[in-house]
Amino acid sequence: MDFTPFEFKSRLILTELLGRRAATLPELTDGIRNVPLSSIYHHTHRFLQQHHFLSPEPPNDFAYWVTNMLNEDVAGEMLASIDVMQFVRLSDLRNRFLELLEGYLKSVSHKVSGKCPEGEEFHFMSSRIFIIPTGHVAGSVNEFRELLKTVSIHSIYFHVFEAKLRLEKGDNDFSIWLRSAGREKEAEEISRLDPYTFTLEGLRDKILTIVGNSK
Amino acid sequence: MAQVKDYTEIVGKSVIDELFEIGEKAGSMKIQHVNSTAVGGGVAEILTRLVPMMNELGVQARWDVIKGGEKFFAITKKMHNALHGVPETFNDEDWAHFMEVDRENARSMNFENDVVFIHDPQPIGLVEERVHLNNKWIWRCHIDFSEPRENVWLFLKDFIERYDGAIFSAPAFSRPLNTRQFLISPSIDPLSDKNKELDDEYVRSVFEKFGIDRKRPVITQISRFDYLKDPVGVIKAYKLMKRYIDCQLVLAGGGATDDPEGEKVLAEVRNAADGDKDIFVLLLPPSSDLEINALQRGSSVVLQKSLREGFGLTVAEALWKGKPVIASAVGGIPLQIKHKYSGILTHSIEGTAYWMKQLVNEPAFARELGKNGKEHIRQSFLITRHLRDYLLLSLSLYHDKDIVYL
Repeated sequence: MDFTPFEFKSRLILTELLGRRAATLPELTDGIRNVPLSSIYHHTHRFLQQHHFLSPEPPNDFAYWVTNMLNEDVAGEMLASIDVMQFVRLSDLRNRFLELLEGYLKSVSHKVSGKCPEGEEFHFMSSRIFIIPTGHVAGSVNEFRELLKTVSIHSIYFHVFEAKLRLEKGDNDFSIWLRSAGREKEAEEISRLDPYTFTLEGLRDKILTIVGNSK
Repeated sequence: MAQVKDYTEIVGKSVIDELFEIGEKAGSMKIQHVNSTAVGGGVAEILTRLVPMMNELGVQARWDVIKGGEKFFAITKKMHNALHGVPETFNDEDWAHFMEVDRENARSMNFENDVVFIHDPQPIGLVEERVHLNNKWIWRCHIDFSEPRENVWLFLKDFIERYDGAIFSAPAFSRPLNTRQFLISPSIDPLSDKNKELDDEYVRSVFEKFGIDRKRPVITQISRFDYLKDPVGVIKAYKLMKRYIDCQLVLAGGGATDDPEGEKVLAEVRNAADGDKDIFVLLLPPSSDLEINALQRGSSVVLQKSLREGFGLTVAEALWKGKPVIASAVGGIPLQIKHKYSGILTHSIEGTAYWMKQLVNEPAFARELGKNGKEHIRQSFLITRHLRDYLLLSLSLYHDKDIVYL
């Protein structure tokens, strides 16, 4: 079958500070409404990028701050429960955060006046991403499987998370390529994974298991 | 001096491959760094390593140091204090002298490079020169910028906004500014004399040289003698601990050529030590990196009880040696220590003394903190990550989009 080889890429990030901070829930809401979409991506994926070697299931920064700095447990839980996996466009993800926060503020406006402790403000950030080739190119599923064992976790991160949501391709790169190689079943299985519930090494193992079954 | 490839064993091959890849993309880009001291302090230390490493990756990097007299450095010291929230008064003559020195330096320097990194406030005025050039200028702030005094902030802000961007070490230092802002944490060099592995025989000989008894607990703070490092507070914490545990305290550090206050602080520290034979106040010459390394490695607990801190590289150094560290929750220190996971964060003399006792009495817990701390430094605070960030930033200045295909 004729298909394009898979080129493993990696990505590096540079964090930008937006000079905008929030000390209350309304200020956080206002910030989420106005920051660039790259900031929404940053704050929903930062934990994953920084703590990928520690644990899966990263909460988003907004949920973490609302729970731990404002002690707004109910709002924090609502924000933590947003299923990032369901979104293919960052603008829709932003709107979901706003919908929940605005609804919450309306329902409890008489009670919400909390300010975070001094020095614990939420600082909005964003990230620039740099996509670089790794030099590893797979011409067959067998080669793909072998290379997947050795590429850095940053490469796996890029092809699974960044490709889908930051580059808004709608699916992860591995599934897109496997489909083009006629491996519909494996492609579908990887698409259906919730990658947010794995560490990156755990995710590598899982994908290897899936493609390991192919011949 | 170590080569970039020598770091492979520490950070892994993929990290080193990425560095060479970025270096190739940067091509023969010319990058210039300018600061105010060639020796002493974290900035000079990091540039000593970063500049040759950039060159090794193919970039043409150079480092220049501005000159200034006693009066200039007294003014910049006041600025440093005011940026840390200490009330200081400045008169018109101070500002005029500051600018006169920066302009005089500018006249004898060449800025014909693609990217010019100006480090800290001392040379900030050099940016006036950019009007003659078609290149990019970045102001790199290494200072805790969370509560600057209004007078010094307004003076600096006017300059900062003439740069293409400003780099801060922690998110809390970011402020509304009419220029882009980047977060780049500083780093340590794991292969430098200050951080490389040492054999125990050498560590033993250093302790013996200073007369420190390794059979009893040793609490150590390494930093220059500066009010903001609170060395007198450390002595007070030691005295609280000493009631219960027969320990020793080491306060060791060097001076920097741009810090005229050091001797005064040192005198106050010696006074507070009050002849206690278990307190070792060591003023070390700039060539003492191996000894500082040994002092950290041989200590039971390492402290960094700063009142303010730009980042606190000494914390990263101690964590890299797997030591349990107790440090103040200021500046960039909370980025390095997650409380009770990779170290201990405290807010007072009493709290510091409490945790000093706990860690000496619970060595298994202390070891676990040290182990986690070392891993955290490996992931985020080594020189290879720092080098990568500077190169990426330099490249990004010549790309408009926030997704860059290299």
